Amino acid sequence: MTRRRLGLGLAFCLFASISLWVLCGYVKDWLLVSYVPYYLPCPEFNMKVQFRREKLPQPMAQLQYPQPKLLERRPTELLTLTPWLAPIISEGTFDPEFLKNMYQPLNLTIGVTVFAVGKYTYFIRSFLESAEEFFMRGYQVHYYLFTHDPAAVPRVPLGPGRLLSIIPIQGHSQWEEISMRRMETISKHIAERAHQEVDYLFCLDVDMVFHNQWGPETLGDLVAAIHPGYFAVPRQQFPYERRQASSAFVADSEGDFYYGGAVFGGRVARVYEFTRGCHMAILADKANGIMAAWQEESHLNRRFIWHKPSTVLSPEYLWDDRKPQPPTLKMIRFSTVDKNTNWLRS
Amino acid sequence: MDLRGRPNCYSTHLGILPLLVLVLVFFSVAVRELDVREIVTLSRMTYPQTRALSPSRKDVLVLTPWLAPIIWEGTFNIDILNEQFRLQNTTIGLTVFAIKKYVVFLKLFLETAEQHFMVGHKVTYYVFTDRPGDVPQVHLGTGRRLVVLTVRNYSRWQDVSMHRMEMISHFSEQRFLHEVDYLVCADVDMKFRDHVGVEILSALFGTLHPGFYNSNRGAFTYERRPKSQAYIPWDEGDFYYMGAFFGGSVVEVHHLTKACHEAMVEDKANGIEAVWHDESHLNKYLLYHKPTKVLSPEYMWDQQLMGWPSIMKKLRYVAVPKNHQAIRN
Repeated sequence: MTRRRLGLGLAFCLFASISLWVLCGYVKDWLLVSYVPYYLPCPEFNMKVQFRREKLPQPMAQLQYPQPKLLERRPTELLTLTPWLAPIISEGTFDPEFLKNMYQPLNLTIGVTVFAVGKYTYFIRSFLESAEEFFMRGYQVHYYLFTHDPAAVPRVPLGPGRLLSIIPIQGHSQWEEISMRRMETISKHIAERAHQEVDYLFCLDVDMVFHNQWGPETLGDLVAAIHPGYFAVPRQQFPYERRQASSAFVADSEGDFYYGGAVFGGRVARVYEFTRGCHMAILADKANGIMAAWQEESHLNRRFIWHKPSTVLSPEYLWDDRKPQPPTLKMIRFSTVDKNTNWLRS
Repeated sequence: MDLRGRPNCYSTHLGILPLLVLVLVFFSVAVRELDVREIVTLSRMTYPQTRALSPSRKDVLVLTPWLAPIIWEGTFNIDILNEQFRLQNTTIGLTVFAIKKYVVFLKLFLETAEQHFMVGHKVTYYVFTDRPGDVPQVHLGTGRRLVVLTVRNYSRWQDVSMHRMEMISHFSEQRFLHEVDYLVCADVDMKFRDHVGVEILSALFGTLHPGFYNSNRGAFTYERRPKSQAYIPWDEGDFYYMGAFFGGSVVEVHHLTKACHEAMVEDKANGIEAVWHDESHLNKYLLYHKPTKVLSPEYMWDQQLMGWPSIMKKLRYVAVPKNHQAIRN
């Protein structure tokens, strides 16, 4: 074997590899290759999703309303703007009439994903009935109810323009597993179906009830809700995952708010990317044999530090009825149902 | 394999080639970012915690009723915002008109912009002038460039002011759309004296006029004659915005400037000129197309006229003293 031949051969290999690499750059869109080596190839998890065209606000009609007061004399209790200029939504920060005039003409469809697996089917009726009364009244709403037992879903009358789709999913013996798989299920569902049907998507827990209006003030690109247990507490006490081995690890010096896993949402494209990212992180942890302290809520919190939400909901939108209502919260809109967690999760 | 059964050079190469290819393909695929628009992953940063029960400013409104932030000092953390915009490789265009004698303001405007405007980001200055030879040479930092656009002048200063809308609208379509992400449209007879950065960027922003931020809507100098396209009735209006500093995404600025220009053409055909010219039309537009961010008067101040009230923590973009009579004729 001559040196020249060897040199020529290696040069040819290099050239071929580089050209293939460059080609990959252009062709990757059509490659249905799994990005994560230990994840089973799953075409719908990797396909390019075409989302609905974004509906932009139209000029507003002439309205009568009082002038906003720029120089507030009375101190406000709750913070209304995050340091990255995302509004924090609470009663008094917005004008419902205004927002109604801005959003109603857009003919939006709002999706809601809700999971009722095992004994959690018990909560479906109260969730749906209260949602019918308070959630996005006047808009088209599509509930996506994921359950292992479609027969257990009660018949709840829905208003006009509001639909319920029951999607069967696999149950699981461990409640933590059921909880964590929601991220995967939601992102796959968006890719397969929801991206064509809705403009915005909210992912809500089922063991909750609406008590007051939940309207278009909650619509944003990427929406998170502040957990009711931690809004008055220093970040070192947030129940972040603190083990470095986990991909949900958050250091003591990091963190803005502790967000609740029971409420998040936004534009369907952003929710897709968010849930997908969380699911990848959960898989990485699985491969390393670790489960984050609060399951997908830990991963959600990790991700929201890196990808700051564009709209933050105050604890009015995610309350725990076992807590007394503080004077800073004027109106509780969505809160937990009193329940025996141990029995439910058995 | 050759006839004697020994693997020869060709089979060795045949073995190396697919191996190399596989390695490179795997790396390119594994390392490539997920192809979803707008993934902006911030790096690890340390900053003090946001306290939900401690409003940043107790003395002013920081959120409009339509949930647009009102930008005051203390409401934002510039490090987070800088990172968010840098990761998207944001380019900002700054349009400024230096027609006739107004070229004399360019040097100070550009020099102070170099010190305070969008530092650390890519900036393109678009200088509209009828005297390209009089544009001063100003040293620009890295990632910043200046483009001179030669345009016609008008004999009346009101027309010079109003035709800015037409020119910005025209060039937005032709040029700005392909060159920058956001446009900021500023008056030239001003200077930057403190930070003006990415906290102002959003789809559409207007700036509160320093003379009216504390006034009731009845005192706003809107156009009040119904015959004009800029007409706003007495019981309407949120804020009085200043025509000297507005902007947004190129698409939104194009819509705004086009609408204002068409409204002014309509007014001219009906033999009427709005009381504050392009500013009146801007206010009409922003009343019905709510801005997604509102800048406090920190971003538009005149120290000579208004002094320095305690509510202004910073004066960022301020008027340069001038003789109106001399400069406008």
